[in-house]
Amino acid sequence: MNGRPQIGGIRSSFAPWEDLSARPLVRFEGVRKAFGDTVAVKRVDLSIYEREFFALLGPSGCGKTTLMRMLAGFETPDSGQILLGDQDISAEPPHRRPVHMMFQSYALFPHLNVAQNIGFGLRRQGVPKAEITARIEEMLAMVKLEGLGRRRPDQLSGGQQQRVALARALAPRPRILLLDEPMAALDKKLREETQFELMALQQDLGLTFMIVTHDQDEAMVLADRIAVMRDGEIVQIGRPAEVYEAPVDRYVAGFIGDVNLFEGRMESAGSGRMRLHSTDGVFEADGTTPPGDTGWLAIRPEKIAVHSKRPPPGGNQLAGRLLDYGYLGDWTTYLVEIAPGRTVRAARANATRTDEQPLGCDDPVWLTFAPSSAVVLTK
Amino acid sequence: MKRRGSVLAAILPLLWLAVFFVLPFMLVAKLSLSDTALAVPPYVPQMDWDQGLKGMQAFIAALDSETYVRLAKDRLYLDAYLSSLRLAGIGTGLLLLIGYPVAYGISRCPPTLRLALVMAVILPFWTSFLIRIYAWIAILKPAGVLNTALHALGLPGIDILNTEAAVLLGLVYAYLPFMVLPLYAILERQDERLIEAAQDLGSTPLSAFWRITFPLSLPGAAAGALLCFIPMAGEFVIPDLLGGSETLMLGKVIWTEFFANRDWPAASAVAIVLLATLVIPILMFERQQKKVLS
Repeated sequence: MNGRPQIGGIRSSFAPWEDLSARPLVRFEGVRKAFGDTVAVKRVDLSIYEREFFALLGPSGCGKTTLMRMLAGFETPDSGQILLGDQDISAEPPHRRPVHMMFQSYALFPHLNVAQNIGFGLRRQGVPKAEITARIEEMLAMVKLEGLGRRRPDQLSGGQQQRVALARALAPRPRILLLDEPMAALDKKLREETQFELMALQQDLGLTFMIVTHDQDEAMVLADRIAVMRDGEIVQIGRPAEVYEAPVDRYVAGFIGDVNLFEGRMESAGSGRMRLHSTDGVFEADGTTPPGDTGWLAIRPEKIAVHSKRPPPGGNQLAGRLLDYGYLGDWTTYLVEIAPGRTVRAARANATRTDEQPLGCDDPVWLTFAPSSAVVLTK
Repeated sequence: MKRRGSVLAAILPLLWLAVFFVLPFMLVAKLSLSDTALAVPPYVPQMDWDQGLKGMQAFIAALDSETYVRLAKDRLYLDAYLSSLRLAGIGTGLLLLIGYPVAYGISRCPPTLRLALVMAVILPFWTSFLIRIYAWIAILKPAGVLNTALHALGLPGIDILNTEAAVLLGLVYAYLPFMVLPLYAILERQDERLIEAAQDLGSTPLSAFWRITFPLSLPGAAAGALLCFIPMAGEFVIPDLLGGSETLMLGKVIWTEFFANRDWPAASAVAIVLLATLVIPILMFERQQKKVLS
């Protein structure tokens, strides 16, 4: 483990999906769901493990919400099974599933106050009254809403409503908590705060969370694993770093983060390297794909170095003209024209306050990247 | 220019109210304080404009509350009053029982079907009200459609025309849209996610209905109930045509006093009492509407 470079540069000991003896908490087996002629979920096999923070990521209409609603029980799969532990719950109605959902619109009951909202699930379970009161207080403290139990939902701010929705779904201690776009209605700053609070909460409670989101940053920050979906299918499942650094195809590469793609004919360059002959030049990248086929080389902007002077020949190099740049404070992004109509994005962290060789628009620039920074894709 | 427009916009409804509500109300109130007379018009005192201020003083001095005392002493009026409230109350209860499932059913239909069903509820209104009530006579009379059908099936006939049952039938039939529409309006815009959330948290579909849908639809039920109760309490045509002579309702009493007895003060006093009774539900309705709108 120590000698091999780790993807993303982060080591995490939590990886039950790599443990063959671990039993998943939730399993989707060949699940399919169509609405009329529209197939929302094509055929999904998926395992989610105890204490995992799992994200379903994809654009709207990719089937991620349908998948989650099937786990909650609001939709029944046309075929396939959904197992919770060892039990097939595909046919169970939502009220008999120990799975609770936090709705995107929060769906707080407007005629009940905050405490009654939070206690709703507990009361349905027949928990004794004294215990309900205690649990409501505990939940209010957990989401930092002490003393607001008697307020009506419409007397709360958006952020407070979101916390009530979270507390309400967590109060009956679900085996898995489903979060449907939980931050969509919050502003950026509040969203970032809430993300970290949500992670801390999940760690403290030791619960399993499943989140549906179209926001790749949110999925990257929150999740232990991300499933990227497209047109009712899961395209890739992996840790955020794996999905980012080792995407399986151009769709995943482009959906998560920015990427530059070079198309061309591939051949082996020996010792686990591929060489790609494209109209923009010949590049080398790590990878072992069948040679002779058309393929793509994907390189992320931040892995491309920008030089104002021609570097010594050799390695992956491109020459161009700086078309535009964007100074973002922490980052500066560069748009470089390498041929008429062909642009490449590069980005650099502003690690120093000053630079001896400042770049301006229309300056000639040279771009370099290491073969290990690029990924070879065949799809 | 703009200000003048807004002043006009504020004055117009006030003017409308003054001419078509306050003034007639004051005329009726004044009539109720007058005495009957064999004259044209059949009441005294009459204002003698030629005598000016003195005439007005004499006029005001001649007004008294004698008619109200007469009404209070006569059982007939009290009976009619209570009977009106009772029939309107039972009618409202029946309308709630029938109208709620109808409105709920429509609101759960697919959107395209919903519109057609709402139209079906409204459609009878395009026929004259009187014709529809007369049609009920044709249905309910001893040799009417209903009994003919029952006999054809070998069942005994029922004779409910000219009874309270027929009046209630007519009231429920005529006022059903006024109950269904406000209920439908509130049920239709209810967030389906709330029901899902309730079920997600362990409610059966039935329990989710009673805990979420029903309490949230109460403003609609209140609006519908008041919208039906208020006019039903003063209803005249339905009890007159379907209730026969047995059914006592204030609307009928007013008509009888005005046209049969030529007792305008009594008719006016009955109208004032009815109005005073209905003011409370009307104010409740107003408050309810404000709440719903806010």
